Amino acid sequence: MSIAEAPPAEPESQARPQSAPPQERMITLKIRRFNPEHDTDPHWESYPVPFDPSDRLLDALNYVKWNLDGSLTFRRSCAHGICGSDAMRINGVNRLACKVLVKGLGDTILIEPIKGLPVEKDLIVNMEPFFEAYRAVQPYLISHGHEPTKERLQSATERARFDDTTKCILCAACTTSCPVFWNDGSYFGPAAIVNAHRFIFDSRDEGAEERMEVLNDREGVWRCRTTFNCTDACPRGIEVTKAIAEVKRALLFRRF
Amino acid sequence: MAKMPAGTLYRGREGMWSWVAHRITGVLIFFFLFAHVLDTALVRVSPNTYDKVLDLYKNPLINVMEVALVGGVLFHALNGLRITLVDFWAKGTRHQRAMLWIELAVFVVLMVPAAFFMLEHTFSRYFGS
Ligand code: SF4
Ligand code: FES
Repeated sequence: MSIAEAPPAEPESQARPQSAPPQERMITLKIRRFNPEHDTDPHWESYPVPFDPSDRLLDALNYVKWNLDGSLTFRRSCAHGICGSDAMRINGVNRLACKVLVKGLGDTILIEPIKGLPVEKDLIVNMEPFFEAYRAVQPYLISHGHEPTKERLQSATERARFDDTTKCILCAACTTSCPVFWNDGSYFGPAAIVNAHRFIFDSRDEGAEERMEVLNDREGVWRCRTTFNCTDACPRGIEVTKAIAEVKRALLFRRF
Repeated sequence: MAKMPAGTLYRGREGMWSWVAHRITGVLIFFFLFAHVLDTALVRVSPNTYDKVLDLYKNPLINVMEVALVGGVLFHALNGLRITLVDFWAKGTRHQRAMLWIELAVFVVLMVPAAFFMLEHTFSRYFGS
């Protein structure tokens, strides 16, 4: 009889590795929330989330949305660091939620929307000013004269010249990490300059003059104060400040 | 209405803080120059008052402020060289952090003796035998 009182031992084969063990480690997500329909000001809200060292922060956010509070609003799509939807401020720095592990972020993780763009709801900001600057640099191939009948050829060295800046996913992590941009929203911002760089230094492109004209503006490259926040924030590892410096030098020495 | 909340402080790294320090020292130097132009101009108004004002400068608080000023100018100058290299040297952006550490090392090496000689007079006056 006494044996029946012992808790039934779970057979090895039935133990689900993903299931929550009884005394699981918990972490807290402290999220800066704002609902334009009820709130006059944003406020912090905390959510306990089970800790799994292999979880990305996006998984933790999904846990909150799916289990604790369905009204939590954030953008995400690919979940693999390629669409650029889920840039947010995590423990004070801009990161993609789908690219950082909760492991190493501490027991309380601060999550805020990216800075310098108007917050629409919770972690979603209005990206329009960001894309407006992007469009202003004409981020597409410009060529004059006759259309070639075959491919526009380019050597490997010519291609390498702008390789770094082709990797941009337009997540806005760089632009919204820039102190100059926070204080002056009309500054084009690092992302627009990165995408201008991608075409200015492309040997097939002929629109460099026009783009340089745009970037020589008082809200253009000269606003950059080399704080390197953008380079530190870029989830694609683009050397953003280097690209900006190259555009500055090209403007000074007219070499591009 | 869409909100633009400030939120917490952005946790930028060396580059951001060196920029903040560059700004602060820049403003500091500007205000010093402003005061300096005024006190020097005083000699044309009344040499007597000028002497009295300069006498005021001999107190220990001003002495400490002078050391701070030298520190501010030194940092601003060294960091200015670093920024120049970041802007004009092709590899500058890659080595910005290392250049900052070198800059701070040079700063300490120059500031320690400078502060010593500048404060010596005040020290011997108040704590000396
Ligand atoms: S440069 Fe990097 S941080 Fe900036 S928008 Fe592109 S991918 Fe994002
Ligand atoms: S969800 Fe696509 S980049 Fe993170």
